[in-house]
Amino acid sequence: MSQAAELTMEKHYDPIGSRIGMWLFLFTEFLLFGGLFLLYAIYLNKYPEEFHYGSSQLDQFVGAMNTIILLTSSLTMVLAVGALQRDRRKLSIFFLVTTFTFGAAFLINKYFEWGHKIELGIYPGSQELTQHPQGEIVFYGLYYAMTGLHGLHVIIGMVIMLFLLYFLLKKSHRALSIKSNQIQNLNGKRLLLSDETGKKLWKSQEITSEVTGMDVVVKGVFTEEQLKSSEVKLENSGLYWHLVDIIWIFLFPLFYLVSM
Amino acid sequence: MSDSVAGSLAAEKNFYQEKTHKGILAWLLSTDHKRIGIMYLFSMLTFFLIAVFLGFLMRLEMLTPGETVMGAHTYNSIFTLHGVLMIFLFIIPGIPAAFGNFMLPLQIGARDVAFPRLNLLSYWFYLTGAILALLSLFTGPGPADTGWTFYAPYSLRTGTNVALAVMAAFILGFSSILTGLNFITTMHRLRAPGMSFFKMPLFCWSLYATGWIQILATPILGITLALVLMERWLGIGVFDPVKGGDPVLYQHLFWIYSHPAVYIMILPAMGILSDIIPTFARRTIFGYKAIAFSSLAIAFVGYLVWGHHMFTSGISDTSRMAFSFLTFLVAIPSAIKVFNWLATLYKGSIDVTPPFLYGISFIILFSIGGLTGLILGALATDIHVHDTYFVVAHFHYVMFGGTGFVFFAALHYWGPKMFGRMFNSKVSYIAWGFLFVGFNMLYFTMFVLGYMGMPRRYYDFLPEFHSLHVVATVGSWILIIGIIIMFVNLYRGFRYGPRATMNPWGGTTLEWKVPTPPPLENFDKIPEVKHEPYYHPRNQEERQ
Amino acid sequence: MVHQNEHQHTQHIVGYGTYIMVWLALLMLTALTVTVAGMNFKNFAIVIAILIAGLKSILVMNYFMHLKFEPPIFRTMVYITVFTLAIIIGLTFTDISFR
Ligand SMILES: [Cu+2]
Repeated sequence: MSQAAELTMEKHYDPIGSRIGMWLFLFTEFLLFGGLFLLYAIYLNKYPEEFHYGSSQLDQFVGAMNTIILLTSSLTMVLAVGALQRDRRKLSIFFLVTTFTFGAAFLINKYFEWGHKIELGIYPGSQELTQHPQGEIVFYGLYYAMTGLHGLHVIIGMVIMLFLLYFLLKKSHRALSIKSNQIQNLNGKRLLLSDETGKKLWKSQEITSEVTGMDVVVKGVFTEEQLKSSEVKLENSGLYWHLVDIIWIFLFPLFYLVSM
Repeated sequence: MSDSVAGSLAAEKNFYQEKTHKGILAWLLSTDHKRIGIMYLFSMLTFFLIAVFLGFLMRLEMLTPGETVMGAHTYNSIFTLHGVLMIFLFIIPGIPAAFGNFMLPLQIGARDVAFPRLNLLSYWFYLTGAILALLSLFTGPGPADTGWTFYAPYSLRTGTNVALAVMAAFILGFSSILTGLNFITTMHRLRAPGMSFFKMPLFCWSLYATGWIQILATPILGITLALVLMERWLGIGVFDPVKGGDPVLYQHLFWIYSHPAVYIMILPAMGILSDIIPTFARRTIFGYKAIAFSSLAIAFVGYLVWGHHMFTSGISDTSRMAFSFLTFLVAIPSAIKVFNWLATLYKGSIDVTPPFLYGISFIILFSIGGLTGLILGALATDIHVHDTYFVVAHFHYVMFGGTGFVFFAALHYWGPKMFGRMFNSKVSYIAWGFLFVGFNMLYFTMFVLGYMGMPRRYYDFLPEFHSLHVVATVGSWILIIGIIIMFVNLYRGFRYGPRATMNPWGGTTLEWKVPTPPPLENFDKIPEVKHEPYYHPRNQEERQ
Repeated sequence: MVHQNEHQHTQHIVGYGTYIMVWLALLMLTALTVTVAGMNFKNFAIVIAILIAGLKSILVMNYFMHLKFEPPIFRTMVYITVFTLAIIIGLTFTDISFR
């Protein structure tokens, strides 16, 4: 492989660039929901009574609980980012797990809320719902579409958090990689580990011709570089999670509070 | 001459020789923007040719009254497929994904785009979407017959394979978004030292404006199509009149995306033309900033006019008048561009090479397409010609006569740089002759047919339209002969032609200052930019 | 080419206290919006609810999403996006309100 080819392998960080990319992606998410908000506005305008009635049938308490849960999860998320910025990896992991738990709590609430409605026979295409006035059918159509899509985003956010936990917990670090074409030179030799005074710490077995490649892996440490890359990843996942929160900030009053 | 960086690179391997994987994987797993661009190019041309063939079949059907080669239902599926392939698989990814990917990093002096892996992901999404679109033809209850617009409530009810086609379009939207996001970040972060925003070539400006449309409009299509799926699978009722939904809202949402999407198609073509004209007029562009800002203006005004697709759909009179008025505004930035191009040509030492000839056809054909667009945008005349061949002719003049011809121009202009070999110019001129004559015979006739009242999307026609349909069909044959000559010539040139030099056209932008074909990471040393992009040293001095 | 070592951290560091204050403000605004919904403001209720939600998102964006500490281009981009959605909604209502 030539030098140029290796250059591509080199990691280069442009945190501002990656944040611009992330924000641009968030805009697409915002407009995705924007289309739904537009439909909501139009149908609220067309069927005000039915929407008010539909809204009164939703459990305001559960909605408010979920709002508080998501707001708090946003706080713990930003604390996780802050902790990592201060190089406090363990604290960051703690906050991340807390955020994950809040996300799960939100989904459990949602599950029971939806479950209750479905038990009453109120879901898109149900026999029961077709008996209701048209405005209500549309109200519940939007309710399921919007909270469902939002719930999907919560799930995606939680999956991303799992990945991050993996990055933050994975401690080993590949320090050196020796490829097959280079290893012949090492035939019959040994690897040696020594500290800065030159004192021998560890010596490997002799390298035979059967060895076709070698990785030197440093375990139990967390390199500066690794922290940096996790920090960028965590920041961006944080941005995503906050957007999910913002969308809920709008969904909550639109569905739960227009009843009166 | 002074800022040439090529000398030191002469011995370096080009990007075809540098491989990270073996065989086809060297392409499918490569994050190199040039390889991705070429993959896009070949995939798109494949679908383009399939869609051309479908168009040929449609014209054949219209050769004689009654059933000629197919029945009504087949005809419905074929025009749907022709539209879906041309729009979603060819012209929307079109210039940005193929030439943008290849040229943008070169033109701004970067080694790659900002997110190379995301770029590859975008190609995979494209491929997945394309495969799904093709699957929708052969699986389930048969190909969709809704037209490429998937209008509700028919798309909610028809038994054909709409769901799969809609999913394909949804995934292709993802691909488009990722490309736009990548380009915008690239232009914000990776410009070479000295290259301010106002020293970027105008093609980059057009990609910037396009990127914003891709980001801000495509999600609306995404949610619209997702709602169609939810309607079909769950029956949520938002577009279904039986359940209190309003199908006109589907049209609103669809065109909120699809009108701006028209500018995803045309803006990059205008950008390429703004690069080609100064190269072959051998002088700098007239009104650089005006052209740059008019791209942004078109992108912006594009969001204000979607209602002109719905004048006869039952929207309110207020709305119709507002949209009709706003539609006229688009003519202003478009005309700014046209006049600036003409002013650039004025007193230039014009070199009529094939890329120039194909490019300049844009001005003529786009002007016809654009001005007939005003007829359609005017409320009163639109009522008369809506849903007729007039509309079909209009958008083919803009899309094919505009974007299509510039796409061909770009193949001639950048092809030698991308593939390292030269085509035969003489054959290119002949192909252009066939293309231009065939094109006008086919689509200008459609203007007349439409004006006389021939409706679109019918597989049959009244006897009084017969002679004009024959003219159009013969035109389509001439056009296809031109397409075949052009592609055979390009293929032979790029495969076996003489080696192309570093700068065969005397271009001034950065892509002409790297070897042909470019090396893997483009620049040995990132160049420092001192001049505006279209700086022709000798001519500039003479002029003063 | 790589400047990892130049800046220790990728972003401006905000104190934990600020985050907690913002969180408290968000909770208070939530309480406010629920309270206001309980009063009878008729058609204004929805307007007030949207305004409060907008205020909450501004807080989330500025502090939790660090928008306040980003280069100005970030804010410009946010304005473009919100403006676009506003236009889309506004123009659609030229149809809905006058049909
Ligand atoms: Cu339009």
